[in-house]
Amino acid sequence: MTVGDVVRAMGLEVLAGQSALGREVTGGYASDLLSCVMARARKGNLWVTLQAHTNVVAVASLLELAAVIITEGMRPDEAALDKAEAEGVILLSSPETTFAVVARLAALGVQAGS
Amino acid sequence: MAVRPSADEGLGSAKPRLVTKSQELIYELRIGDIMTPNPITVSPDCLMSELKEILRDRRISGVPVVEGGELVGIISIQDLIQALELGEISARVGDKMTRQVQVTYADESVVQAVNKFARYGFGRLPVVDRSGRLVGILTQGDIVRGLLRQLEVQWQEEEIHRYRASHIFEDIESDQTGLVLRYRVVARDFVHGGEASSKLKRALERLGAGPQLVRRVAVAAYEAETNLIIHTDAGGDLIAEIQPDQIRIVALDKGPGIPDVEKALQPGFSTAPDWIRELGFGAGMGLNNIKACADSMRLESQVGVGTRLEVMFYLGKRNSKEAA
Repeated sequence: MTVGDVVRAMGLEVLAGQSALGREVTGGYASDLLSCVMARARKGNLWVTLQAHTNVVAVASLLELAAVIITEGMRPDEAALDKAEAEGVILLSSPETTFAVVARLAALGVQAGS
Repeated sequence: MAVRPSADEGLGSAKPRLVTKSQELIYELRIGDIMTPNPITVSPDCLMSELKEILRDRRISGVPVVEGGELVGIISIQDLIQALELGEISARVGDKMTRQVQVTYADESVVQAVNKFARYGFGRLPVVDRSGRLVGILTQGDIVRGLLRQLEVQWQEEEIHRYRASHIFEDIESDQTGLVLRYRVVARDFVHGGEASSKLKRALERLGAGPQLVRRVAVAAYEAETNLIIHTDAGGDLIAEIQPDQIRIVALDKGPGIPDVEKALQPGFSTAPDWIRELGFGAGMGLNNIKACADSMRLESQVGVGTRLEVMFYLGKRNSKEAA
């Protein structure tokens, strides 16, 4: 399954990284604490979070995550969007809560990251 | 759930499924870089029968028409077929050519040509310089060839970077060769947070370190960098000392220092203020993450003097977490 497949199935808004939507998804992880993400998320995972600032991009880039789904309609600022484009990080937006987004990902067959 | 590209996904449609790098190159490359220079041209006085021979001999499907060095039209194999059907094979090219010629400029980005091909459906576009002089011709085949060539050049450049870097320890002889990378980290600068770790990660990849080791060092370096950003008075240095058999990461700052190092090492303990916690930092897991990734970690601190964090990674089998 690619990030693009998830975007279409869930009607997510693509905030950054439009041209990289062909990236494969290997699993998922959800947390708003960056250190927990650093410790547990794996390469190719989708990361579901409420955080929307530039360090989300840094973490996603370092871990080579497939994409970040920012929940509850939180909007990253311009600096975060620019950095995401420059680093090839896909930022997606959903108006739903983290819980609802994870439930839908699970229904699509996205497993806990490993 | 495979998604197929739609049938009209030509060069002109900027669909997300296209390779990212190609899209980037379409903007970066100039038409002058990829056109066929010094194209074959004909004069308006050339006969259609002569044109037929030129197209056949050169295996091309159209040529610009030039008079006195100036581009006056373009004539294609379609015009020739039409002339044959009408029995006008002896007509002059000047009477059968298209006069309103769409051109591209040599200094324009390739995306301009891509858009023109998509909009008008031409087989070729004459390329002129800014004084209107014909300098080349461009087909969709030229664009594809140009992109492939450029992709290969960039791939080779990265390969050369990797090759050179990965041979540093073999090419340079000494009793102990080491590479020291020092990154300056600015306090409270969350916008550039993670950049030192990203650069270090790239350096390790070029040096040929395995993905497991790169991940462990990157996670530890990120946490150490974040600590410098959040907790120091005036930032600090993130230093990586790379040797063939070990990597040492040192985070060095000049204060304020940690009053109780034992307590700081406890999972979940954090002194980060609320506004920083709201950004998702300050979980009290940073040092634990570093410890989990590293083969050994040492934290020394004195209030009013500063803190020194040393993290070791051993590349040999012995004492290493590499197998984990």
